[in-house]
Amino acid sequence: MNSPTSRLVRAHLWVAFAAFAVAALMGAAQMLVRSELTAPAERPETYFISVTAHGTLMAYVLPTLFIMGFGYFVAVTALNRELPSMKAAWIAYWIAVVGIAMAAVTVFLGKATVLYTFYPPLTGSVFYYLGLVLVVVGSWIWCVQMLLAMRNWKREHPGVPVPLAMFATVANAVLWLWTTVGVAAELLFQVIPAALGWKQTIDVGLSRTLFSWTLHAIVYFWLIPAYIAFYTMLPQAAGGRLYSDTMGRLAFILFLLYSLPVGMHHLFMDPEHGSGFKFLQMMLTSLVTVPTLLTIFTITASLEIAGRLRGGTGLFGWIKKLPWDRPMVLAGGLAFVMLGFGGFGGLINMSYGMNAMVHNTSWVTAHFHLIFGGSVVIMYFAIAYEIWPKLTGRPAWSVRPLRYQIWLWFIGTMTMTLPWHLLGLFGQPRRVSTFDYSFPQIAWWGPWTMMSVAGGAIMFLSAFYFVWNLAKVFRGEPRTDIHMTYALAVHPPHRLPAALNGFALWNWLVLFLMVIAYAYPILQFFIIDAPPAMIHRA
Amino acid sequence: MNEQEILRTELRWALIVAGAVGIIVAVIVVSSAAMVLHPPSNVETIDPTTLHLEGEFVENNLGSVENPDGTITARILATQFMFVPRCVVVPAGRRVTFRLTSPDVIHGMLIDGTNVNTMVMPGYVAQVNTTFPEPGDRFVPCHEYCGLGHGGMWSMIRVVPESEWKPDADGRMSCEFPY
Repeated sequence: MNSPTSRLVRAHLWVAFAAFAVAALMGAAQMLVRSELTAPAERPETYFISVTAHGTLMAYVLPTLFIMGFGYFVAVTALNRELPSMKAAWIAYWIAVVGIAMAAVTVFLGKATVLYTFYPPLTGSVFYYLGLVLVVVGSWIWCVQMLLAMRNWKREHPGVPVPLAMFATVANAVLWLWTTVGVAAELLFQVIPAALGWKQTIDVGLSRTLFSWTLHAIVYFWLIPAYIAFYTMLPQAAGGRLYSDTMGRLAFILFLLYSLPVGMHHLFMDPEHGSGFKFLQMMLTSLVTVPTLLTIFTITASLEIAGRLRGGTGLFGWIKKLPWDRPMVLAGGLAFVMLGFGGFGGLINMSYGMNAMVHNTSWVTAHFHLIFGGSVVIMYFAIAYEIWPKLTGRPAWSVRPLRYQIWLWFIGTMTMTLPWHLLGLFGQPRRVSTFDYSFPQIAWWGPWTMMSVAGGAIMFLSAFYFVWNLAKVFRGEPRTDIHMTYALAVHPPHRLPAALNGFALWNWLVLFLMVIAYAYPILQFFIIDAPPAMIHRA
Repeated sequence: MNEQEILRTELRWALIVAGAVGIIVAVIVVSSAAMVLHPPSNVETIDPTTLHLEGEFVENNLGSVENPDGTITARILATQFMFVPRCVVVPAGRRVTFRLTSPDVIHGMLIDGTNVNTMVMPGYVAQVNTTFPEPGDRFVPCHEYCGLGHGGMWSMIRVVPESEWKPDADGRMSCEFPY
């Protein structure tokens, strides 16, 4: 990779990982506050500022900046051509950085202690929201770059399949453009006018519904880089081949289709929607398991090819022969385990009736930390370790620290989320700074929260170990070969139908599904004329 | 491995996936239809600015009351940062209908050890039905962040045996919040 692009990619990744390190520290501190132990500065103000910052940095800054940087890397290495516009890419970067600074300063000053979900009538300072709007605007410029990069490449290579890594990256850009429509409408038409004092009341049913539009699909936006690594990096790192390129394309298309018309499963327990649309979106949610289940098969088959090529025999003998010492392979294996647990919990969350057991309890926090930490972030680590030598021209002097760091992350994530699942089932609410453990019904929670304290501390160690690894371990002998090689399919496609090589058809289908799933739920607020709520400025 | 063979294995797996998803959905559909398991979804609006002046959520109408048919209705107001009333008493073994709303911001309410769980939003009445099989005190926290005092916002449901359910002439009974 040439050095101007490398600088661009590294600039994005460092912002992402700096935000990650700060957020990890705050996460570990929050575990302490919730436990029976006493944390420094244990006051509701500091706790909720910390939760707001942790969520904002982890959910909006880390993934967005990582995905932008990684997307530029894929566009340049998979298509083997320059970005459409380096200038636009840097402008987008600085817009996002200014936005991050604006939002972060506002939160740390205690002017937007509203948590990172936009649920008015509780509203914070307008600078918090404007800062996040800038981050999204920066990411939109990235989306346009990805779309242009693929279009330009296709013009030069008529009829040739777009490399899978780029196809998936563009799928994510398209998904993100659709995803942000909901929250952008909520912020621009409802929350920001309220935060500016132009409006004194707000339709809370509408704002929650618009936020739900974004709320599920955003998780798939975060997750798609992990899947790009599963399909295009993991088989290569394991020394095998991708079992099926077509299945990969299909999985990314299904993510685009089914991660959007399902957000109302976050509103199952809301009084402003009837059971009909809740039921419909639950049915659609069940379909979002399909691309993940297809992926598990295709990737397991790809790894089996690698294991057998390395001399593995028997039904499971090939698993032992896989090169588990390589960070990408190790992270991939552990991510599958945690995706399994997290996915299982997710099936319970989406179950229309069972959701009442766990809604807004620690179970939910456990679920999304398992998915985000255990599948998304662990693969961000692996991707960073994989591409860092291509960016700097210097490999790691040892893979051992990289491996230890990944193991620590796995252990920490499992230790932290297991007690949350349990306590959530017994009604421990999320988003509470402290509990009165003298109340006999909840006294037994104490020891379990201590286990989460330990898990959080291990994750925090791992987070800093990761940053240290990037800064200090990639100091091996400089290499001239900095060419990125993506996994080759067993049968690389030569000709593909247009539907598997672009997104025009799928955009129409997304539109169709979104009209079915969301047209009435949004329009109903203009029909039933619910009394608005008074704005509460935090 | 030729391409056809790979395609066949993928299709076979896709059938298994379809079967698994089918079973999951079938379980949900059957339980929601046969056991009437539905999330709270009554879409009933109410003006949050006049709650305290008129209608069913005026102060002296809050808490639990026995209906003519023997069922119980419990009306609770979720405000920053407490539930009103903080203690609600209900008899075990009878059908209880909780009706909640908020005059200010979004709150949530769950009752530990049960599947009673709902968001409480200004502008809407949330309604949940349940029956408590056993007497005992239940922990009822607010589960949606509603401001800095959110952590202290919790109340209690006191489930008493039928013999201790002694409502007054209006069918009402109240309890003291002991904490």
